[in-house]
Amino acid sequence: MSIKEADRANPVTAGESDPTRERRSLVKPSRIRQYEPVVIGTLSVMFVLTVWQLVANARIYSVLFLPGPWDVAQAMVKLFQQGDIWLDMATSGQELAIGYGMAIILGLVIGLLMGWYTRFQYAMDPIVNFFYSTPRIALLPLFIIWFGIDIQSKIAVIFLGALFPIIINTMAGVRNTEAALLGVARSFGASDALIFRRVVLPGSVPFILTGFRLGVGHALTGVVVGELIAARHGVGQLIAIAGQTFQTPKMLAAVILIAGTGMVLTTILQRMENRFQSWRPQIRR
Amino acid sequence: MYDRSAKLAANGVVIEYWMQRSRTLFTAVQGVDLVVRTGEFLAIVGPSGCGKTTFLNAVDGLIPIASGSLTLDGREISKPGPDRAMVFQQPGLLPWRTVLGNVMFGVEAQRSMGKQEAISRAKQQIDLVGLSGFEDAYPLELSGGMQQRVNLARALLTDPEMLLLDEPFASLDAQTREMMQLELLKIWSKTKKTALFITHDIKEAIYLADRVIVFTRRPGRVKKVVEIALSRPRDLRVKRDPQFLTYEDEIWESIQEELAVPAERLIAGMPAA
Ligand SMILES: Nc1ncnc2c1ncn2[C@@H]1O[C@H](COP(=O)(O)OP(=O)(O)O)[C@@H](O)[C@H]1O
Ligand SMILES: [Mg+2]
Repeated sequence: MSIKEADRANPVTAGESDPTRERRSLVKPSRIRQYEPVVIGTLSVMFVLTVWQLVANARIYSVLFLPGPWDVAQAMVKLFQQGDIWLDMATSGQELAIGYGMAIILGLVIGLLMGWYTRFQYAMDPIVNFFYSTPRIALLPLFIIWFGIDIQSKIAVIFLGALFPIIINTMAGVRNTEAALLGVARSFGASDALIFRRVVLPGSVPFILTGFRLGVGHALTGVVVGELIAARHGVGQLIAIAGQTFQTPKMLAAVILIAGTGMVLTTILQRMENRFQSWRPQIRR
Repeated sequence: MYDRSAKLAANGVVIEYWMQRSRTLFTAVQGVDLVVRTGEFLAIVGPSGCGKTTFLNAVDGLIPIASGSLTLDGREISKPGPDRAMVFQQPGLLPWRTVLGNVMFGVEAQRSMGKQEAISRAKQQIDLVGLSGFEDAYPLELSGGMQQRVNLARALLTDPEMLLLDEPFASLDAQTREMMQLELLKIWSKTKKTALFITHDIKEAIYLADRVIVFTRRPGRVKKVVEIALSRPRDLRVKRDPQFLTYEDEIWESIQEELAVPAERLIAGMPAA
């Protein structure tokens, strides 16, 4: 029996049954159910890797053309034994941290302001729309002219890549505040500042985090493409050189590093999102 | 002209909406005259769309009136104030806040109470509306009836002089609605607040109120005032009292007249789409 039914049947003495216990008994899944996503996910990955390995083992294509997962794993180990990878990772990591970090801060501020102040939105809309609809990566040559081939040009392209999805989603979050909630807040005489902090901001969190998550993808694209074109060090640069010298397993190992970074960041943001949404009742299966 | 016994006085209140699409003014309320006496429970009934919510929003100070006067304790209403609190038709709860957090939202917005005091008073209020044990539940875990209890508790915690209720039970099933009516009367008799209650449910209006005011169809005006001389405290059985049924007939007839409008007049009065 759900709480809802309990209230229907016995509306006045709502406090009689223990609500916490009831709620938990509804939501807590069986042990197997709990690990189902991980188990099925792992099996699926293992299946793909096995098929890949079998196809590679058949050696219809050369290792250069289609290395198997085992080749890639070995290349990965070698990569870390050689040591250059640390400089590459530090370089790319630095670009990512600075570019994406600035995009988060500025994107959040601009997005919130645009959502809150209509006139500011009018002023910014054409600019934001212009950049949002342009592949920002197209500006890379300009950044190379401005900043050279060191990390600054990459930071710029990562920053611009991640900035606009964050702005757009943050603004959408503010704009999507339920009118009924605003009415309630005004009716109780809430100041604008209180409405912003207690109603608009918490309501926008899911949108903001979605923006951050989209931003990760754009930022990583910036890292790789930026370094492919011109760089001294970096994982993207590693990919470029490995590719040009037909070290395909090594190249794929570097790609996996990038993908792994993206997955880790996305997972962290997803976790945060779930945490902020703990008030949403679990969907019961 | 100021009536001392009047908590709220409306004189010739006109409320208009600006229709952006047709660039015209649309009159939702046309010259409402009424008085709510201190401590009175007044109900307004009327056909849907006649301007009840609009009028109540003006009393709350959320929307301005175009002409006439609307005074609370003799002072013109211009904005929301801590002397009034609204119980909304849609509960309007913050989904990320618990029951306790939502009940506290009103006083938090008004900055009228310290946090510790607000917490302990909110807990009492939650008891009063029959939600003890659910302080830490989130709105989405509550039934519609329980959400409306939170809505009510939030308004009560601000300790207003006047309680404004906009069809608070309209979305509830019949049994829950009756229980809520009973509870509301209990709370009202305990707290002695002036109440202005809007509904389209005639029985609900008669059961709760000291006087029932019938609005005309839009643009709304006061059509009829019915004194409800049923003794208090009232339990739900009073709804089958012959006197109750007489009131019900009288009000029903009055609303029927408003609904039975020639179609061309209805169309003439509609806002251009
Ligand atoms: N914000 C608004 N803008 C324009 N017209 C409105 C608005 N709110 C209500 N109205 C119109 O005013 C009339 C009265 O509405 P309302 O007060 O909500 O009626 P009730 O609460 O009696 O059902 C309706 O015709 C409705 O369409
Ligand atoms: Mg209404």
